[in-house]
Amino acid sequence: MDYLLLQMLNGVQLGLLMFLLAAGLTLTFGIMDLVNLAHGSLYMMGAYIAWTLIGWTDSFVLGALLALPVTFLLGVAVEAVVMRRLYARDHLDQVLATFGLILFFNELVRVIWGPAGKSLTVPAFLNRTVEILPGVPYPAYRFAIIVVGAVVALLLAWLVARTRLGMLIRAGASNRRMIAALGVNIELLFTLVFGLGAVFAALAGLMAAPLTSVKIGMGDDILIVAFVIIVIGGIGSIKGAFVAAMIVGQIDIVGRAFLPDFLKTFMTASAASSAAPAISQVLVYLLMAGVLIWRPTGLFGQRT
Amino acid sequence: MSIVASLRTPRGLAVALLLLALAVLPLLTQAFDQRYLLSIGTRIVIWAIAAISLNMILGYGGLVSFGHAVFFGIGGYAVGILGAHGVVTGWIQWPVGILAAAAWAALVGALSLRTRGVYFIMITLAFAQLVYYVGVGLEAYGADDGLNISRSRFPGLVDLRDKTSFYWLCFALLLGTLWFCSRFANSRFGFVIRGAKSNDLRMTALGFPVFRYRLAAFTLSGAFGGLAGILLANEGAYISPAMMSWVKSGDLIVIVVLGGMGTLFGPLFGTIAFFVLEESLPPLLDLVRKGWGEYWQIAFGPLLVLIALYARGGIDSLFGRRHG
Repeated sequence: MDYLLLQMLNGVQLGLLMFLLAAGLTLTFGIMDLVNLAHGSLYMMGAYIAWTLIGWTDSFVLGALLALPVTFLLGVAVEAVVMRRLYARDHLDQVLATFGLILFFNELVRVIWGPAGKSLTVPAFLNRTVEILPGVPYPAYRFAIIVVGAVVALLLAWLVARTRLGMLIRAGASNRRMIAALGVNIELLFTLVFGLGAVFAALAGLMAAPLTSVKIGMGDDILIVAFVIIVIGGIGSIKGAFVAAMIVGQIDIVGRAFLPDFLKTFMTASAASSAAPAISQVLVYLLMAGVLIWRPTGLFGQRT
Repeated sequence: MSIVASLRTPRGLAVALLLLALAVLPLLTQAFDQRYLLSIGTRIVIWAIAAISLNMILGYGGLVSFGHAVFFGIGGYAVGILGAHGVVTGWIQWPVGILAAAAWAALVGALSLRTRGVYFIMITLAFAQLVYYVGVGLEAYGADDGLNISRSRFPGLVDLRDKTSFYWLCFALLLGTLWFCSRFANSRFGFVIRGAKSNDLRMTALGFPVFRYRLAAFTLSGAFGGLAGILLANEGAYISPAMMSWVKSGDLIVIVVLGGMGTLFGPLFGTIAFFVLEESLPPLLDLVRKGWGEYWQIAFGPLLVLIALYARGGIDSLFGRRHG
C-alpha cells in the first residue's frame, strides 16, 4: 500500500514536470498558432544554464533562480530572431524551422559544454526524506518538486484566469486578429508568452536534472510526450494540459513500477525489465489514440 | 512531352545527367577505388525511395506526416525478425515487410486522417513513437542496441552481399518508384489527392470521397516506405529502433521540402543535397578553422530555418516552372 502511494506520488511529480513543459507549448500553440519543436531545447538549455550558474554561485537555489531570467531572455531572443517570422506560416514551415533549431541547440550545447553529460546533485538541505504520512518516508527533493510544480501551476491558473495579461492571453487564443484590431500590442504579448513558456520549460529542465542527468538531446524525447499531453488535453487548453499531464505521469510511473512484476509471471526477468518501460510508453500513445477517436480535439479542446 | 524534347529543358537535362551519374556510380567508385562513396550512394538511393513515398502524401497531398521513418523500421524489422526465425528468403521477407508497412499505414491513416492540421502532425508522430518503443521493448531482437541480421536471400537471382549488385538493385527499385510516382501524380487518383490539398471541401462537394482517396494514398506511401526500410536493413545488415526515431522522420520532411514538394524529382534532388551537405559541411567547416567540422550541425540547423523561411520551392524550383 505504501509502495503504491509512493509510486503515485512519483507519478504526480513527473506529471507536474510534464505540465510545466506542456504549459508553454500549449500557450504558444493556442495563441500564436505555432508548432514549436524546439521547446525541448529550451528545457535542455534551462538545465545547462542552471548547471553553470549553480557552479558559479555554489548554491542550487540561487543558481536555479538566476537561470530563470536568463532563459527568459534566451526565449525572447529566439522569438525575436526566428519564431516571429513563423507565426503567419503554415505548420510545415514551423516544423522545419524549429527542427533546424533543435539541431542548432544540441550542437551549441556540445560546443559550449562539451559532449559529456553533466550531473547536478540534489542540494544538501533537500538530500533527506520527509514523512508524508507517519512512518512513510519520501525523498525531500521529489517532494520539493511537487510543491514547486503545484505552486507554479496555481500561479499560472491565477495568471490566466485573473490578470489582465491572462485576459489578453485568453482573448488571443480565441481570436488573435480581433485583439490586434482592438489596439493590443500583440507583438509584445507574443514575445512575453514565448518568454514565459521558455521559463516554464527551463524550470522543468533544471528541476528534473538532479533526478536524471543534464545531457544533449534531453529535451527531445520528453518533448514528444509533452506534445502527446497537449493533444490529449486539447491544444491551447491549460486545464487540459494539466489533467493530461497528471494522467500520463501516473501511467508512466505506475507502468514502470508494477509492470515488471506482472510481466515476470510469464517472461524472463531481463525481458520484463526491458519491456516494462516500453509498454508504459506505448500505453501513453494508445491513450492518445483512444482520446482522439473519442474526441478529435482532445479532452478540453475547442470544438470547431 | 517526349523524352528527347524534355532533355532540352534545364530540368530534363539535370535529371537525365543525375540518373546517368547514379546509374554508373559503381563503375566510377570502382575506377577510383572509393568503396565508401558507393555505400553513401546506396543510402542516397534508398532514402530517395522513402522521400518519394513521403512526397506522395506530404507534397502532393499536403498532409504533414511526421512519422514516416516508422516504415523504415517496419520494413527493417520484418526482414530481421523473419531472418532470426530462419525465414531468410527475400521472396517471403520482402512481401511481408511491404504488406506490414501498408497495413500499419492503413490503420494509422484511418485514425489520423480524420483529424486536421497540427493534430494530424502529432498523431502520425505519436504512432511512430509507439512503434519505436515497441522496438525498444523487443528484448529478443536486440531492444535498444539493435540486431545484426543476415541479408535477404534471392538464390540464383542476386547476392545482396555484393555491394555493387545491391546498389543496382536499389537503383532499379528507385527507377520503379519514380515511374510509379509519375503515374500516380498524373492519374485521376493523383489529381483528386492534389485537388484535396488545395481545397478538400470543394473536392468533397464535387462528390469525391476524399477520406478514402487519402487513405489509399497514405497506404501506398507506407508500402513504399516499407520497401525502403527493407533495403536499409539489407544495406547495413543491421536493424535498430534508431532507424525509426522521430529525428529520421524529421530528416525525411527536410529532404522533401529541400528538394521541392509535390514535384516528381524533388525528393531525389533533396536526398542528394541532404547527403552532400552532411558529408561536405564538416570538411568545409574544418577548412574555415580546424576542429569546427565536428560541429557541422550548428550551421546545418540555421540553414534549415532559412530554407523554411525563404526557399519553399526547393531545389526543383531552380529549374523554373514545371510542366503539368
